[in-house]
Amino acid sequence: MPLINERYDVKKDDFVSAGEASAKIKRTLKKLGADPVVMRRVSVCAYEVELNLIIHSLGGCIDFTVDSDQVTLLVTDIGPGIPDLDLAMSEGWSTASEEVRNMGFGAGMGLPNMKRNADAFEIQSTVGVSTTILMKFKLAA
Amino acid sequence: MEQKSYYHSVMLEKDKCKGCTTCLKHCPTEAIRVYGGCAHIIKERCIDCGACIQYCAYHAKVAVNEPMDKMAQFKIKVALPAPTLYGQFKGLKDVSRLLDALIAIGFDDVFEVARGAEYVSKEIKKRIDNRHVHNGMPLISSACPAIVRLIQVRFPELLDNVVDVISPMEAAALAARKRVCQNMSAAPEDVGIFFISPCPAKMTEARAPQSIKKSNVDGVISIMEIYGKLNNAMKDCRHFDHLQNAGSIGVGWAQTGGEMLAVGVENSLAVDGIENVIQALESIEDGDLSDLQYFEGLACVGGCLGGPLTFENPYVAKNRLRKLTENMPKMQEHVKNLDEPELTDEELRTTVLLQPNATLQLDNNFSVALQKMEQVETILRHLPGLDCGSCGSPSCRALAEDVVDGFAVEMDCIFKLKAELHRMSRLMVDISEKTRV
Repeated sequence: MPLINERYDVKKDDFVSAGEASAKIKRTLKKLGADPVVMRRVSVCAYEVELNLIIHSLGGCIDFTVDSDQVTLLVTDIGPGIPDLDLAMSEGWSTASEEVRNMGFGAGMGLPNMKRNADAFEIQSTVGVSTTILMKFKLAA
Repeated sequence: MEQKSYYHSVMLEKDKCKGCTTCLKHCPTEAIRVYGGCAHIIKERCIDCGACIQYCAYHAKVAVNEPMDKMAQFKIKVALPAPTLYGQFKGLKDVSRLLDALIAIGFDDVFEVARGAEYVSKEIKKRIDNRHVHNGMPLISSACPAIVRLIQVRFPELLDNVVDVISPMEAAALAARKRVCQNMSAAPEDVGIFFISPCPAKMTEARAPQSIKKSNVDGVISIMEIYGKLNNAMKDCRHFDHLQNAGSIGVGWAQTGGEMLAVGVENSLAVDGIENVIQALESIEDGDLSDLQYFEGLACVGGCLGGPLTFENPYVAKNRLRKLTENMPKMQEHVKNLDEPELTDEELRTTVLLQPNATLQLDNNFSVALQKMEQVETILRHLPGLDCGSCGSPSCRALAEDVVDGFAVEMDCIFKLKAELHRMSRLMVDISEKTRV
């Protein structure tokens, strides 16, 4: 089965590169001729998670996979982990710094937005170790 | 690929082409390849934006001009000047003088495209006011044909948002033919309508329209071609005041933001320069501009004033247009009775749905596209990533795609070729040193 598997590394505080990984993901899906609605949902989630890695994590990566029936985004960081996942998943809650908020980010909509846009959404976190997010998007046959 | 006929106004003069990579690097739809010492246009991808015409230092990219002799085929000839024309002439203080000069060089009547723009502005405003279902994306202007084609090629999802109102050129052509038929009791087929154009995209729009069945424009003449004649004719002009029917609202359409201003909705955005428009369309597609009601995107920097077939520098032309419109009424109908027919809502509506053009996709079949993408990625890993264009494809990725599609080989990359030659020469030395003789 043919498979696209690309890894995008995202660095902490690297606002200069913000949006580049998600733009590449979108471009790939466009080249493939993926359904535009799915493409849009994937690119929204990819952008949100890319920003989360920059703002909140100590750095991490996005593994972008496409096979014949689905798109997968597997996101892994190297900490610091999320102490209360339920709280983190609620809209409007954010630990973003004042500085980041001044840049227009940190509205607390990132994770809920990802959950809303993905067909399957799983998040796991261990404080002091890492957070992993797995998002899946079905492609119409 | 599906067999379709593509009409284009942008052409290459092979003798002038040096085979450099300038046009290659500026084409927004990756529609140019250089091989055999010469550029080639992939006609399925070309959107007639004219970027290559503007950037080619050797003037090898040209617009297909409609010869002015075509005018002779018609009993009655009507000129449709684009408002951009008004900004081309030094010292022009009164638009009527220019319109009069059009009569002097052989036209029987003149209908300003700027007036067509005024009909269109009103119609677009109605569309925005009556828009009840909002899909999180603005309505998009259909005025710049290069942008409409860009959307067909790169943003097919946005096609439904392109406003279903005909272009100012078409509105003017429709009104002009009606007026001439009424006033001069002529048969419609005896009337030849000639648009005076700042760009090749408009030529294509007239010859092969995307959103109407047949254009009302019979011929397109570039501003560049007619400039000299008009300049001469203006020297001894009488005044036909009644020819000027457009106010500053319509004339303003020549420049970026003019349409937005004429339509007059609060949340609108005007962007010019095709790369900037692409970025804005990306944001629209991502849903980032969800509060936007209207989007005006123009392929050329400065709007139509920056068109590849204009004579004057767009900034100079913009300043002239500003001075010309300063004392112009917003609409001429505010100050005088206009001699012109009504256009109905139905007449101003487009009649053909815009179709996507998926020519940039790797394949129409998703599984095949996936396979091709996998091959592209593999090839790409072994290319230098310099995007130098020396291979004749606009980027390393484009070369990889061309290789997968069988249009190029990896050794077209001069860095790969050099490495391979180096390896082979080493091999030859090795072989020669190891032999006994």
